[in-house]
Amino acid sequence: MNKTVNQKAWFLVLPVLLLVAFNAIIPLMTVVNYSVQETFGDNNFFWAGVLWFEEILRSERFHASLGRQLFFTFSILAIEIPLGVIIALAMPRKGVWVSVCLVLMAMPLLIPWNVVGAMWNIFALPDIGLLGNMLNGMGIDYNFTRQPVAAWATLLAMDVWHWTSLVVLLAYAGLVSIPDAYYQAAKIDGASSWAIFRYIQLPKMKRVLTIAILLRFMDSFNIYTEPFVLTGGGPGNSTTLLSIDLVKIALGQFDLGPAAAMSLIYFLVILLLSWVFYTLMMRNEE
Amino acid sequence: MAKITLSNLRHSYMADPKDDADWALKKLDLEWEDGGAYALLGPSGCGKTTLLNIISGLLTASHGQILFDDEDVSLLPPDKRHIAQVFQFPVVYDTMTVYDNLAFPLRNRGIDEATVDSRVREVAEMTDLTSMLGRRASKLTADGKQKISLGRGMVRTDVNAILFDEPLTVIDPHLKFQLRSKLKELHDRVKRTMIYVTHDQTEALTFADKVVVMNMGEVVQIGTPVELFESPQHTFVGHFIGSPGMNVIPCEVHDGQAHLSGQRLETSNKADAGTTHAEIGIRPEFVTFSDQGLPAQVLKVSDTGRFNIVETNCAGNKIKLLLDEGSPIPSENAKIKFDAASTRIYVDGWLSGSEHRHE
Repeated sequence: MNKTVNQKAWFLVLPVLLLVAFNAIIPLMTVVNYSVQETFGDNNFFWAGVLWFEEILRSERFHASLGRQLFFTFSILAIEIPLGVIIALAMPRKGVWVSVCLVLMAMPLLIPWNVVGAMWNIFALPDIGLLGNMLNGMGIDYNFTRQPVAAWATLLAMDVWHWTSLVVLLAYAGLVSIPDAYYQAAKIDGASSWAIFRYIQLPKMKRVLTIAILLRFMDSFNIYTEPFVLTGGGPGNSTTLLSIDLVKIALGQFDLGPAAAMSLIYFLVILLLSWVFYTLMMRNEE
Repeated sequence: MAKITLSNLRHSYMADPKDDADWALKKLDLEWEDGGAYALLGPSGCGKTTLLNIISGLLTASHGQILFDDEDVSLLPPDKRHIAQVFQFPVVYDTMTVYDNLAFPLRNRGIDEATVDSRVREVAEMTDLTSMLGRRASKLTADGKQKISLGRGMVRTDVNAILFDEPLTVIDPHLKFQLRSKLKELHDRVKRTMIYVTHDQTEALTFADKVVVMNMGEVVQIGTPVELFESPQHTFVGHFIGSPGMNVIPCEVHDGQAHLSGQRLETSNKADAGTTHAEIGIRPEFVTFSDQGLPAQVLKVSDTGRFNIVETNCAGNKIKLLLDEGSPIPSENAKIKFDAASTRIYVDGWLSGSEHRHE
């Protein structure tokens, strides 16, 4: 078979190439470029090699931020995934209430992230916020701007409020796709509700839950806006997650080299953990 | 093991059924003998599946009773009725092995592992699943999965009846025959009551000792395959069973005798007194070309291999004949003759003179 050689085809992929170049390759390469150089004012660059990578990987500050980040991500996964599944199981399958529930569930997802942060900030203020005022009124000493534990609790509550809906919607989609015959067969086989959950509902939700876990993992690992608006990383550094720390180094201190090195490490950590998650969850498929 | 009696059973999916069409099942009185192989045959939407779900307890009938022997089970949930059901689409527990799937109904009932093991192995042997016991159920093909569904029904010793809801729908054609023979063989072996729902006459007639034909939510006829073929009680049965179905021709009635285009026809039954209009039912197998008879015009001949199906026009009615291959087909001035013993008069669709009349 003769192949037609037509070099004009290259022009057809050019737009995509340009698009990808401008929104991914060039920015990423700029970061790579910064990460191996020392920058001085007046755009003076000096070769630094892997110096910044070594520095970041040894830095206690990075370890602490990474630790907080991991703690945050695993906490919200541990809360949102089971909670989302429980809510999805409790939701009605047919009738008028389905749409009511779905709309209610979708609401938090539609609110801009900085608004979520601002809302919770005001909501949790110890003196005038509904939540803060109520907790203090109940005799609980609560001030998220001064107590690290309170700040963490508020941060987690905010994320759970904001994102559990996503898990609910995905899990619900998985649940309604189960044909009635499965429930009927389970009834005839005398299965308990737990057995129905364990052997029918959970396996059928596995794929959507995998997506939910991956999405929540990546999003929460990248989270910036809401904690920035709510606590700004404080009190002290107690809620300084990786992204907040990164912005502090890059824009606050204008240390481009270390910030670039940290970005790349950050990126690789997400990539690695996502891959581990995916492999673990898909282990039994095929 | 029990005889299943349906008494005065009616069901509607509506809260307040008014006219006939609101009933998914109109009044039913049926008895299923213990150990019988039954088929429930009818077109889509005739109420077969509704009836099956009522027997298994997935649905509660709006009126009437279901008795297993003498016990009223009308309000019992499925797991208390000792019923097994195989669905249209195979249901297996994906994450479990074939073994665990088969053991599931027993383990749910708290039966000790030694008994579970011996039952599972016995059933696996019957359903040809022994070599696959250790495999994940989700890896099997559709027919394998359907065997698991069947096996889960047979593994319990207390099952009164196994119900099949069009179980061969998703099975490849060349495996359908195998699986159907397997079912038949299993029935002969375990002698459990089996009720097989289908809209396919071949499946029903080959599987069942007794076929219950349903249409529009009511039972039209119950009989052996031969009875359904030879003496349909309703034109629906005549038309639905047989290939091609029975010829149904409108006719005039004078003094209880059927007349077609002015000629009197010999029939095996007489029309009820007082009827002036009726229909004649005659299977294509019993119509022949002859020197004398009703003039007819040959419209179409379809060769099906061993038989020719000849479509004729006889005074405005389409009448089909089923002739052996090679028998002569007249090209003009054809006349057709009905075999008197197989010609029947139907009034309002029901066989005239039978007690099956619809009230």
